[in-house]
Amino acid sequence: MTGTLISIQGLTKAYPGVVANDTVSFDIGEGEIHALLGENGAGKSTLVKMIYGLVKPDSGTMEMRGAPFAPPEPRAARAAGVAMVFQHFSLFDALDVAENIALGMENPPPLRDLAARIRTVSEEYGLPLDPYRTVGDLSAGERQRVEIIRCLLQDPKLLIMDEPTSVLTPQEVEILFETLRKLREEGTSILYISHKLEEIRALCDTATILRLGKNVGTCVPRDTTARQMAEMMVGSELQTPKSAGAEMGAVALDVAGLSMPAPSQFGTSLKNVHLELKKGEILGIGGVAGNGQDELLLALSGELRVPRDAIKFAGQPIGHLGPNARRALGLLCAPEERLGHAAAPDMSLTENALLTGAVREGLERNGFLRWGKARQFAEDIIAKFDVRTPGPDNAARSLSGGNLQKFVIGREVLQRPEVLVVNQPTWGVDASAAAAIRQALLDLAARGAGVIVISQDLDELMEVSDNFAALNEGRLTAKRPTAELTVEEIGLMMGGAHGMEVAHAEA
Amino acid sequence: MLKLEKRPQPSRVFAWLTPIFAVIATMIAGGLLFAALGKNPVEAIRTIFWDPLFGEFAFYYRPQLLVKGGPLILIAIGLSLGFRAGIWNIGAEGQYIVGAICGAAVGLAFYPLEAWYIFPLMILGGALGGLLWAMIPALLKVKFGTNEILVSLMLVYVAENLLAAMALGPLKNPEGHGFPGSRNLKDYPSAFNDEIITGTGMHWGVLTAFLAVIFAYILLNRHLLGFSIRLTGEAPRAARFSGVNPTRLILFCLGMSGLMAGLAGLFEVSGPSGQVSIDFNVGYGFTAIIVAFLGRLHPVGILLAGLLMALTYIGGELAQGNLGLPSAAIQLFQGMLLFFLLAVDLLTNYRVRFAKSEAA
Repeated sequence: MTGTLISIQGLTKAYPGVVANDTVSFDIGEGEIHALLGENGAGKSTLVKMIYGLVKPDSGTMEMRGAPFAPPEPRAARAAGVAMVFQHFSLFDALDVAENIALGMENPPPLRDLAARIRTVSEEYGLPLDPYRTVGDLSAGERQRVEIIRCLLQDPKLLIMDEPTSVLTPQEVEILFETLRKLREEGTSILYISHKLEEIRALCDTATILRLGKNVGTCVPRDTTARQMAEMMVGSELQTPKSAGAEMGAVALDVAGLSMPAPSQFGTSLKNVHLELKKGEILGIGGVAGNGQDELLLALSGELRVPRDAIKFAGQPIGHLGPNARRALGLLCAPEERLGHAAAPDMSLTENALLTGAVREGLERNGFLRWGKARQFAEDIIAKFDVRTPGPDNAARSLSGGNLQKFVIGREVLQRPEVLVVNQPTWGVDASAAAAIRQALLDLAARGAGVIVISQDLDELMEVSDNFAALNEGRLTAKRPTAELTVEEIGLMMGGAHGMEVAHAEA
Repeated sequence: MLKLEKRPQPSRVFAWLTPIFAVIATMIAGGLLFAALGKNPVEAIRTIFWDPLFGEFAFYYRPQLLVKGGPLILIAIGLSLGFRAGIWNIGAEGQYIVGAICGAAVGLAFYPLEAWYIFPLMILGGALGGLLWAMIPALLKVKFGTNEILVSLMLVYVAENLLAAMALGPLKNPEGHGFPGSRNLKDYPSAFNDEIITGTGMHWGVLTAFLAVIFAYILLNRHLLGFSIRLTGEAPRAARFSGVNPTRLILFCLGMSGLMAGLAGLFEVSGPSGQVSIDFNVGYGFTAIIVAFLGRLHPVGILLAGLLMALTYIGGELAQGNLGLPSAAIQLFQGMLLFFLLAVDLLTNYRVRFAKSEAA
C-alpha cells in the first residue's frame, strides 16, 4: 500500500427529496481492498455509480493518481482503469462465455484469441472457466467469474465489486477471496461493497462506513468487531435477537417424499423432500439461490398443489389443499419477492392486509368485504411492526423495502400461525429492521409455533434457527442441530463449491 | 429538458382528470382535422357535442343517447371485469351477435303465440348465447393455454358469418318476399323490447345496463370476487398467493362479459333494430372497448364514457348529414379519443419535470 489511487473529496448528489451522498470524502489506496459499508439507502450505490461514471455528482471532485477524474460515462471510467462487477449479472444465457465477454468489449479480438486470453487470465487468478461453455449452464458462482474475468481483461486499476458473495457458497467465497487477495498483491485496488461484516473483517484493509449519505467513519476491519461496525452503520446500539428457548412440542408439519416438477422452464424440481417441523422449532433452510427455495415455498403455501399425503399438517394430509384452506388450518407463508408476490405493488396497505388476512382475520362475510376491519388489521400491523408509512391508504410500492418486509412478515405473524414459512425474510432489509424481523420469528417460536426460515444469509440462519438443512438442486439434506455445525460442514451440505474444487485441481 | 419521473403511487386526481384531458385534446386535434377538411372546426365540434343535447332537434336526439349508450355501457361493464384482471376479451362483437341470434330465435320460435313469458325467455336465450360464445375462448385458454385475444377476435368473424347464414336461412322471414332478414319483432308485441317510458329511449336494455353498473360497482368494491379480479390484474403472482383460482377467474370474467354482450345483442335485436339482418351489428362490441378504457374500467366512469361515446355517434351522424363530413372522419375522431386517453394516461403514474439532463 503506497500512495493513493483515487481520492474522493466532498462528493454530493441529491435526488428529489433525498440527499443520497452528502459531502463524502475518502481515499482508496493503491493495492488496497477497501470496504464500503452501510445499510440500504445509505448511499453506497450512488457513490459507486459516480465513480463508475453512471451518475454525475452535484458537487465535489475526484482525483485519480493526482489527476482530476470526472468520467462523464462508464466508457470513460473503464478507459481510465475502473471496472465494476454488478450484483445482478448482465449475461446472455444463450451465448457462450467468450461471446458474452466479447459483447462487452470496445474492439473485441477474434473469438479464438479471446478464448485463449480468457483461459490464461482465468488460470492465472485461480478462476477456471471454459470459454466455450454456454452461460445458461453455469452456476451463479461461475457466472460471477465471467463478469470478473470480463473486468480483469481490461487490466483495471480499480475493481468495484457490489455484494459479490450473496450468491456464493462458503467454499466459493473462499476461492473468490483468494483471487481478490492475489489481485491486491499485484497492485490492483478493490472497492468492496458488502453488508456481511465477517467477510469484510477477513478480507478488507480499510472500511468506510456510510450512514444516510454521510461518511460516518473509517476503520480497520481487522481491529474492529462486527458489532462495532454494525453499530456505526445503524448509528445506535444494536439489539441482538434473543431466543426464549422454547420447548419443542409435537410434530407440526411433516413433509414426506415430496417431489414436484419444476413449475417453469427455469425453475428447479423438488426431489423427494423430507422434513419434520416440531412446534416451537425454528428450522433454517440454507442453500444457494435457485436450488428449489421458491418451489419449496410454493409447495408449502399451496400455490402449487402436490399429492395429498406429501404434506401433513398436525397429522392431517393437506397436499391437495389451496392457500386459503391451509391458512384456515394455520399454515402461513411469506414469499421472498415482496413486490408482486407477497404484496400487490399498486394496492393500498389495507388491500394488502386483505390479501392473506381475509380468512383468519374474518375480513369477509359471505364473500362481502369488511373494509373497516381490514383497515383496522392493516393499522395493527403498522403499529405493532413499526412500519414507517403515513397510513394504510398508501400503496405498497411507496414503502421502502425494509418497511414493506416488516409489513409482510407482520401480516402473517399477527394472524397467529401454527406454522410460518418465510423465504428470505430480511433480504435487502437494513440491520435494525432485520433484527426486528428475526426477533418476531423467535418470539413466534417461543409461543409454540413452528417456523421455517428459508434464507441465503447463513449468518441469519445461524442466529435464529435451532436446526439447519440445506437445499441443493431440489434435494433437502437431513436437518442437524445448528449449534453443532461448522462452516465447512454447512458448505458441504449446501453442495460444496459446485464442482469448483475439481475444476481448480485440473487447472 | 422534459423528464418523466415515476410517482411513488398512482395519482388519484390524475386518474379522473385524464379522461377530461383526453376529451379536450380530441376536440382540438379533431377540430384541426375538420379544418383541414375545409369545414369550420367550431361548428363541427358544436354539431357533434352540443346540438344533439341542446340544439333545435334535441327532443329527437336525447332519447337516442340512451338507445346508443345502453348497449355500449352494458358491454363495456362486462369487458371491464375481465380487463381489470388482465383477461382480454376482444370479441364482444361476436358475443353480441350470437346473443342477438339466440334471443331472437327463442322469440321467433313462439311466433305467433302471445304470452308474458316469451320476452323473459328471450332474455335468457340472449344471455346464454353470449355466454356460450365467450366460453369457447375461455375453455380453450383454460385447457390449452390459447390466447383469448386472438380466439375471441377470430370468433367475431365466425359470428358475422353465422349471422348472415341465419338471416338468409333458418331465421328468414317466411313472409318476407325473399328478402334477407327475420320477421320484425316490432310487429310481435310479446317479443318486442319496447320503451318503458315512451319518448325517453329507456328500454329494458338500458335499464339492464344501469343495473349492470350498480352490480359491477358492488362486485369490485365490496366483494371478495371483485377484489380477486383487481388483485389478479395488479399482481397475478400475489393473487395466486392470496388463493385466487386463475381458472375459475378466467371462466367467470369471460363468461360475464359474454353474457352481458349477449344481453346487449338481444335487447338491440328485439328493440331498436327489430330484426336479425345481415348488417345487424354496427360495431358496439368494439366501441365498447374504447368505452371501457375511457371510463377507467370503473363502473361509474363507464356509465359516463358510454354516454359520451353515444353522443359522438349521434353528433357524428348529425355532422355527416349537416356538414357533409365523411364518416371516416367521425371514426377517426372516436379513435383519437382512445389514443389521447392512452397518451395522457402516463400522467397518472408519472409526473413531468423540467430538469437538466443527467449523464446517462
